[in-house]
Amino acid sequence: MTVTPAEQLAETVRVEGARVLATLIRTLGSLQLAEDAVQDAAVAALQAWPRDGIPGDPRAWLTVTARHKAYDMLRREAARPGKELAAVGGAALVAPDLAPEVLDMVEPESVVRDDQLRLIFTCCHPALAREAQVALALRTLAGLDVPAIARGFLVPEATMAKRLTRAKQKIAQAHIPYRVPPDPELPARLAPVLAVVHLIATESHAPSAGEQLVRVDLEAEAVRLARLLNELMPGEPEVLSLLALLLFTAARRPARADAAGDPVPLAGQDRSRWDQVAIAEASGLLAEAVRRSGGVAGPYQLQAHLSACHSTAPSYADTDWDRIVGLYDLLLSVSANPAVALNRAVAVAERDGPAAGLTALDAITGMARSHLWHAARAEALRSLGDTGRARDALRHALELAPTAPERRLLASRLAEMPPH
Amino acid sequence: MRKGMVMAQYAALLYMPEGSDWMTPEVREEHRAFGMAASEVIAGAVALYPTGSATTITVAGGLGGDVLVTDGPYAEAKEILIGLYLLEAADLDEAISWAARIPTAWRGKVELRPLLPVGSRQF
Repeated sequence: MTVTPAEQLAETVRVEGARVLATLIRTLGSLQLAEDAVQDAAVAALQAWPRDGIPGDPRAWLTVTARHKAYDMLRREAARPGKELAAVGGAALVAPDLAPEVLDMVEPESVVRDDQLRLIFTCCHPALAREAQVALALRTLAGLDVPAIARGFLVPEATMAKRLTRAKQKIAQAHIPYRVPPDPELPARLAPVLAVVHLIATESHAPSAGEQLVRVDLEAEAVRLARLLNELMPGEPEVLSLLALLLFTAARRPARADAAGDPVPLAGQDRSRWDQVAIAEASGLLAEAVRRSGGVAGPYQLQAHLSACHSTAPSYADTDWDRIVGLYDLLLSVSANPAVALNRAVAVAERDGPAAGLTALDAITGMARSHLWHAARAEALRSLGDTGRARDALRHALELAPTAPERRLLASRLAEMPPH
Repeated sequence: MRKGMVMAQYAALLYMPEGSDWMTPEVREEHRAFGMAASEVIAGAVALYPTGSATTITVAGGLGGDVLVTDGPYAEAKEILIGLYLLEAADLDEAISWAARIPTAWRGKVELRPLLPVGSRQF
């Protein structure tokens, strides 16, 4: 895929703009004001750069321009009678640091990184709802615009705009701090950060509703955010593991959907199309996570090990199912989750045969509304020769499947089911 | 208020399951201990009688409209407001760390609501 100069320019504005934003939020004390200023600076860049060329230091250009924009906004606002500073964007917690002598200064790289880390922890603060955390992370850290985020999560633009506005208001009104949590709180506060990045990735290739199977953009954004985390918190085992997990999954992208865009299950994927460079990188990251975690594997490390098992197996049949069942057992001991139990049961079926798999599937509670559970039962029943009950299970799965590609896959399985 | 810091104010609203007793000596002692520990951040505190003594007032249409007075709380709920603390903290994280020490946090629930600064235009 070739990238046009216009696309490259827009990409530079987006990536550098997100970095500028992180610092501006700290100096202005207002997320909304900083966002408006960076937005204005980005618009100015998109006008000026095609004409004058991309400046040597695009970030410095955007930083200085955004500061001047913020300064202008505050001056205009202050000049209006009866208006207080606090009315700008509903925020402004701290007196803005916009003295003329600092307007044209550019922060060193280390400051920019610290600010990005602050921004990550603010976006993923536990006092914000998960969907607000995700939206904020994509808006402020990835620099995606509201329409793109709304498309990514299949919600109307107005809904996404409102969600973001509400989240920013809560940050301002409840005084959610802009800082990296102190060390004792870090493990607990890292959990939602990782969950947000993981959710962005999983939503991108298993959308909960809609037509399209692979949302390339969001998966790439999740990998990018995980890389950023790994840069900002080097050596953190669960960050390394999350990045490895995302790369293992992304490596399968070329084989995950067929030419028509329909999903291809793991068993049927052409493994020669998997991205071996990404798999090698993921394996290296996972090995480092193991080295650094002192023998205690966190949930993302366990998931990365699972993904590694599949990514390095020569074929579906030759997968180390015993190890996979063992890893799922460990994962279940960390958090009892019916979706994990479902995957474990599928692995049990591969290791011990369909009867054992069916027993494991039927022992799971809370999955009666999941098309994946019914589809897995159908597969086990079909292997046992019980086509009548397999059909019923497939019909249930078909009714519950949320996306059109998944419904097509299930319908074709139903059509292939041998008659009684 | 502590010197040299811009403080945010929060109402820590205390909720307990309907029918529970929040006036036992044990609970009073817990609140007294919290009050001592948190004296630096507590700007005020209110304890409420049970909802049996509540009266609800509504005015139809606006000021001067028919006043409807009913016995009981605004809404029947499984959890009821039993009191509140006014806290002054540097930010939400500090407020949360204090709220987590309020006895009601384990006997019921504590809701933190930032206070709208009086005279502010923001909503």
